[in-house]
Amino acid sequence: MLAGLVAAGGAIWLLAFGGLNQNMVFFMTPSELQAGEPLPPGTSMRLGGRVKPGSVQWDAAQTRLRFVLTDEGAEISVAGSVAPPAMFREGMGVVVEGTYGPGQVFQADGIMIKHSNEYAPPGDGVDPSQTYRSLLESS
Amino acid sequence: MLGTLGYASLVAAFLGAAIGCWCGLKAGLDRTSGERVLRVCALAARRAAFFTFGAMSAAMLAMEAALLSHDFSVEYVSRVGSLETPAYYTAISLWSSLDGSILFWAWILSGFVALFAYSRRRDGTGSPLSGERGGLPHELRNTPLVVASCCIVGLFFYGLLLGPANPFGIVDPPPTNGPGPNPLLQNHPLMGLHPPMLYFGFVGMTVPFAFAVAGLIRGNVETRWLRESRRWMIAAWAFLTMGIIGGGWWSYEVLGWGGAWAWDPVENASLLPWLTATAFLHSSMVQEKRGMLKTWNLSLMIGTFLLTLFGTFLTRSGVLDSVHSFTEGVIGPIFLAFIALLSLASLALIGWRSDRLHAPGRIEGAVSRETAFLFNNLLLVGLTFTVLLGTMWPLVVEATSGDRISVGAPYFNQVSSPVGLALLFLMGIGPVLPWRRGAGAAARGALSRAGAAGAVVAAAALALGMREVIPVLTLLAAGFVICTIVEEFVRAIKARSLAGRSTVAAFLELFARSGRRYGGYVVHMGVVVIALAISVSWTWKTEREQTLFKGQRLAVGEYEIEFVELWTREEPHRFVVGASFDAYRGGSLLGRQDPRLNLYVRDPSQQLIATPAVASSLSSDLYLTLMAVDADNLEHATVKAIVNPGMAWLWAGGGIMGVGALLAIVPWGFRRRRAVPLE
Repeated sequence: MLAGLVAAGGAIWLLAFGGLNQNMVFFMTPSELQAGEPLPPGTSMRLGGRVKPGSVQWDAAQTRLRFVLTDEGAEISVAGSVAPPAMFREGMGVVVEGTYGPGQVFQADGIMIKHSNEYAPPGDGVDPSQTYRSLLESS
Repeated sequence: MLGTLGYASLVAAFLGAAIGCWCGLKAGLDRTSGERVLRVCALAARRAAFFTFGAMSAAMLAMEAALLSHDFSVEYVSRVGSLETPAYYTAISLWSSLDGSILFWAWILSGFVALFAYSRRRDGTGSPLSGERGGLPHELRNTPLVVASCCIVGLFFYGLLLGPANPFGIVDPPPTNGPGPNPLLQNHPLMGLHPPMLYFGFVGMTVPFAFAVAGLIRGNVETRWLRESRRWMIAAWAFLTMGIIGGGWWSYEVLGWGGAWAWDPVENASLLPWLTATAFLHSSMVQEKRGMLKTWNLSLMIGTFLLTLFGTFLTRSGVLDSVHSFTEGVIGPIFLAFIALLSLASLALIGWRSDRLHAPGRIEGAVSRETAFLFNNLLLVGLTFTVLLGTMWPLVVEATSGDRISVGAPYFNQVSSPVGLALLFLMGIGPVLPWRRGAGAAARGALSRAGAAGAVVAAAALALGMREVIPVLTLLAAGFVICTIVEEFVRAIKARSLAGRSTVAAFLELFARSGRRYGGYVVHMGVVVIALAISVSWTWKTEREQTLFKGQRLAVGEYEIEFVELWTREEPHRFVVGASFDAYRGGSLLGRQDPRLNLYVRDPSQQLIATPAVASSLSSDLYLTLMAVDADNLEHATVKAIVNPGMAWLWAGGGIMGVGALLAIVPWGFRRRRAVPLE
């Protein structure tokens, strides 16, 4: 029985630590991605930055979203068909998960939108209906 | 006005807890004062618990009144309230931000302590003085010590509210309006149910923790103590279970990605104490029957409570970046210090008392009920360790190498599925094994019948096209477990029918007489249903995404949707744009589905929040998320359509678990009344 317990415990131990390295997803910024060593193709990573104003292209027919992710130092083109582009706003912070593929384009499998943490009242003169309009149009 | 009233109530609650703590400790520890004085102290400790609950209730009501009356001079209201937010979401915005959640937490804590004090109201009073010297008699010291331990935890939370997390600060001059709660938290009615359940579960773990501390101080963990503490643990566990399942449901109905569990740190934080509490509910039976594992059980009770605090620290301190980490601030370090202090104190207590906790019994047979429980505990604690490791690993890596990483869901799936599968099999094996000695012919017979049942289910799954190993094995295990549970019920009912009861009466009597055991089986059934739902949904989920023009159709699985139109609506607190789809299933019309995008007018980040439309049925859900709309001509919409089989069973399984837990703790009227001891 002791042998069984040890074996089960050992198996969990192996699973726990063995799986960690394979499932680590590196988090980078566009600058780090451009400056760093080229990663082996197909390495899964997360890329965090801001959506460059004016860069969002939404092809409704192909349900394909393209935009440029920037961190004020570098820019990376991102393509994917995964995010709800309606949630997209230029300048907003996003984290995309995927691989840095051929043609210097980051292929996104998933996009996480960073929701701001604490809330401050909207600034003076902001008319929500106008924001709304522009939001819909940008999509 | 309301702010001052609330703050004064908090001060009163703090004083009440201080008195409860002092009186409880004196009654529990003092060995020199007269017994009469100590009994007064014990009584005063219980009364202080009632008083604290009253004061905390006043504080909470003051906050609710301030929220509902939009009193923006109260700091918390100015941060989470807005004139446009509907009353329901205003009322529940009590827990939409940090300070309010701590207030709610502290109120629940004071309620649990008062409930405990009430349940022990006959303790000591009225019984004749024992005349012993050297403090209160042994059995009278448990209650005041439990109250005192809870009050120590209470002092921490009431203190937080008086200082760094004071929600009643005064804003002068008050603003005329506020931003309203986080949009994600005012987007679905479940927000009124899921967080309170979770809090009741988290906070409820304080009582078993206090039992552990009291047991250690007294150096005695007798059967009665164990049964009482387990009752509290089951109650808290049931709330936690409902909270976790409710959280999955909320995530499914609100976040729009079509799933219920993403191994997000905040989800993991709620799972960790659940796993250790589940381990305790099983290992405590070994202590009850065999007198073993005392130190282990105490550690599980203490560890579970510490994990609830740790989870709160993880999600509330902003230490982990997650969509759920709404708040950041000075609370983190304070929490961490408190957790460290309690851990050290608990370790010291266990070390001090370890000589008294040696087990008289030992494991006799390699294949016995005890062994099954040991494996169960090993797996549950191993899983706890793994989930903790995966959740904390990014912090470790960042601290040591500076690299920022995340550990993805595949890691957690990879580890949890084999462990979960093994636990599922144990669920079928454990109940048929006898205590002490190895399995006899009866157990072997039951196991082979169960194995055959499992094989039939697995064969059916294979025939239906299920090919992945883990889901097929899960179905095999499910058939196995269901067979053993059904046999347990049938055998027990048959035995009672022989004694002249009708089948229904015999069935009900099982819960009335041995609610814990048969309630436990019902919980197991719930787990099996959930495991089935996960396997089925994992295997047969289908997903499509497309832009549709008016009148255009999209087929997904056995469903088909037709895009009808786009519409917009202005509500006081939000703008809504929705897309109407006619949903068909097998050619016949199901009805209109309206996935939406919402913009909350007072939300400073001005983000669109997608609200999926879910058409549920027993076999599968049609889940529609609106991805993009044609704002210029309202001609087309992009939709993600997911067919999610078995989801209804996921929630139903959670409900079954809750019912089972209830059956296990409800004191049925016609259950043989235990003599009211401790007097």
